[in-house]
Amino acid sequence: MSRRDPLRLFRLLVVLALAGCGGEADSAVDRVTGQSAGKPVHGDTFIDALTGNISGLIPNVLTDSASFEVGSLIYSGLVTRDKDLNIIGELAESWDFSPDCLDLTFRLRRNVRWHDGRAFTADDIVFTYETMINPKTPTAYREDFRAIDSVEAVDPFTLHVRYKQPYAKALQSWATWILPRHVLESYVRAGRLREAPQNRANPVGTGPYRFSEWKPSEKVVLVANPDYFEGRPYISRIVYRIIPSQATIFLELKAKGVDSAGPAGLTALQFKRQAEFPAFRKAYNKFQYQDNVYTYLGFNLSDPRFADKRVRQAFAHAIDKRLLIEGVRLGLGREATGPFKPGTWAYNPNVRTYPYDLAKARELLAAAGWRERNIDGILVKDGQPFEFVLRTNQGNDERRKVAEIVQASLKDLGVRVDIQVIEWASFLKEYIKKKRFEAIILGWGIGLDPDQYEVWHSSKTGADDLNRIGYANAEADEMLEKGRASCVEAARKKYYDRFQEILAEDQPIVFLYFRDALPVISSRIRGIIPSPNGIRHNFNEWYVPKPLQRYTAG
Amino acid sequence: MLRYALRRVVLAIPLLLGITLISFFVIHLAPGEPTEIGTGDTPIQSDKEVRERLRQVYGLDKPLHVQYWTWLTRLVQLDFGRSFSPDARPVLQKIGERLPVTLLLNIVEMMIIVVLAIPIGVFSATRQYSKFDKITTIFVFLGFATPDFWLALMLMILFGVQLGWLPISGLRSPTWEYLSFWQQQWDFVGHLILPILVATFGGLAGFSRYMRQSMLEVVRQDYIQSARAKGLAESVVIGKHALRNALLPIVTVLGLSLPGLIGGSVIVESIFAIPGMGQLMVQAVFERDYPVIMGNLVIVATLTLGANLIADLTYSVVDPRIRVAARRGRR
Repeated sequence: MSRRDPLRLFRLLVVLALAGCGGEADSAVDRVTGQSAGKPVHGDTFIDALTGNISGLIPNVLTDSASFEVGSLIYSGLVTRDKDLNIIGELAESWDFSPDCLDLTFRLRRNVRWHDGRAFTADDIVFTYETMINPKTPTAYREDFRAIDSVEAVDPFTLHVRYKQPYAKALQSWATWILPRHVLESYVRAGRLREAPQNRANPVGTGPYRFSEWKPSEKVVLVANPDYFEGRPYISRIVYRIIPSQATIFLELKAKGVDSAGPAGLTALQFKRQAEFPAFRKAYNKFQYQDNVYTYLGFNLSDPRFADKRVRQAFAHAIDKRLLIEGVRLGLGREATGPFKPGTWAYNPNVRTYPYDLAKARELLAAAGWRERNIDGILVKDGQPFEFVLRTNQGNDERRKVAEIVQASLKDLGVRVDIQVIEWASFLKEYIKKKRFEAIILGWGIGLDPDQYEVWHSSKTGADDLNRIGYANAEADEMLEKGRASCVEAARKKYYDRFQEILAEDQPIVFLYFRDALPVISSRIRGIIPSPNGIRHNFNEWYVPKPLQRYTAG
Repeated sequence: MLRYALRRVVLAIPLLLGITLISFFVIHLAPGEPTEIGTGDTPIQSDKEVRERLRQVYGLDKPLHVQYWTWLTRLVQLDFGRSFSPDARPVLQKIGERLPVTLLLNIVEMMIIVVLAIPIGVFSATRQYSKFDKITTIFVFLGFATPDFWLALMLMILFGVQLGWLPISGLRSPTWEYLSFWQQQWDFVGHLILPILVATFGGLAGFSRYMRQSMLEVVRQDYIQSARAKGLAESVVIGKHALRNALLPIVTVLGLSLPGLIGGSVIVESIFAIPGMGQLMVQAVFERDYPVIMGNLVIVATLTLGANLIADLTYSVVDPRIRVAARRGRR
């Protein structure tokens, strides 16, 4: 060791020690809840990441989540949801729902302006309704508006909607994006709404942000709307960078090229294992809340083996769901016992559950006639071994892992499972729509209203319908029908509680887990309130304190 | 030669027709229609009326040969049609947005590869089995064997995160509008460095090995020995006589790589968030966006036939033996 080494080492240690101290002088800030010692200020740019390109700027005729994410800031609905998932007014100040659930009257805000300066009136809502029910409009969301008998603008700020029969989703359906008549009328009449220039640039909405730029597949830029009726949003500009790879988004986070991991958030692996080091925790806040998507193991109920309830229940007992969540989501998810999210008003916690119990599973299978085993240890009945093909769609790593775990779990039981991963469009056309499947691993996204008629009702088992497994239970049907025909929450709750009991008992599918959303936001942004409605419900109130603002142009 | 070229061009037309016909039918063999794909995991019943209307608008309700004929008649008027994806934009516009970036990346990559591969090949051949040869062999095969996406991520971590020298993804910085003109150009160039590096490293193996092999064959020829016997300097022997002959196969290879210039690697594009042709095509296939798929196909087929012709013509210009043989054949 030469004479210079000790001094060099000492100097190095000093530098490291000094680097460890210092940093942002914001010890007065509770970073997680964003309550700071200071008032919100305007300014700065928020750089978000989207994993897919948006398809357009008029969400009513689109179906991809990226377009909805951007569209939700450009347009407003009559109502929206607050942090506790209660319905609150957006363009509507208040409303009255008649006791027979047929007449809905909205009183609208005054002095709301479209982004081009024109005044917003009830007539625009009438126009939106006309657009949605026009058969020439290529929209996927017409269903909600079919239940309407008439829509009338009583005066410029009062709207009266009359329903044909009580429709539970009535109020929720008015959270849809309201479109301007003075800009889009000619396109809607010609059936060319998708080709309207506002679907490519300069859309006109009433939302908190205005359109600035869209470079297809590169970025979308929005700027704060100074005339927004709830006050100008604090963050001046939003740049959505389109980055298809989640690995790249993570690297951009590390290099401070983006401020958020996108609405989808980080993968479970990134969140749990790679985002724990001190520099990351200092620069970013990590959030975790229950997402609206659950993964399930579905059966083709016309297959005689799966038509027997005991077989399905046996499978439910044979899969250790806690272990599944540990393996697939690294624990970042919650067990699902039914098609409703825990914590929402319709959720029923008192249903039959299926804890991991291999003995019970074997008992149930034996009762269903699966008693003997062949030389390979596979259960046989009437000379037929219990084997089937489990299919899922390509492009979803998580589902593939779930399939593998299910395969291993059922092997212990004596059932042989082969896995097939198929490209989505082919999967849908050749296997699902033609009902040529035995079992599948898929997921469902849950809407904000508990009505799930389309997915579970026995009338919806056609090739193009959503009850793909072919579930038909008369009492469940009745609960679904009654649930969607009432607009009184307390009454609906009774029906949905019973509905969940029936599903839990029947196990037409094995409900596996709800995944957790894992968003990550730059720590310089204050005002974020984690809640059952996620973190973006109050995006307009997010702000960056002056000294921390990074992008000061605009 | 002009007659030969003209004959080739005339023959190309039925060839192109055949290509589009077969491709059209093969593409439609894949199950699923663009209107059926639906909304994925969201339980929204896609409206039957809407789907039927869209099918009519797209012409999907007609028999396949009618659809092909419609497409063909529009094509000869240079109307490539509109995309079947929800944005319904003209196919040429969608391709036109992505083509320049892909072309730029591919052309720069090819130029760098050619400039590097030729000297590497020449030196490896003339110093066969030397240390230089062994090291470069290992180097280029390493580049060939390394998966692009892994290399991309490693380089991004090194240069983007740890050193902070280069931007990680995209084509431009989010603050591009606020930069001066020269800063903008430099910013753009900076974004392209990593993707080009990744592409070049992988592509170097092919050309350099061709060059080396071609050079090795040429150097063993008798005329090289007679050139040396004449007393010419080694650099003239190799640099003038050997190199010119060794470059001939490279011309062919270059010509055949021309159609590849408009293709992009979807993996590299996804990782670098570069809106290129690779992503467009893969997405079009998943969405069954027939007009876009066919549009791309026509462009690639035309380019391939054109490039083949150019390569053949260039070869006969560059190699006198072929010209003489052709003339002798005609007599």
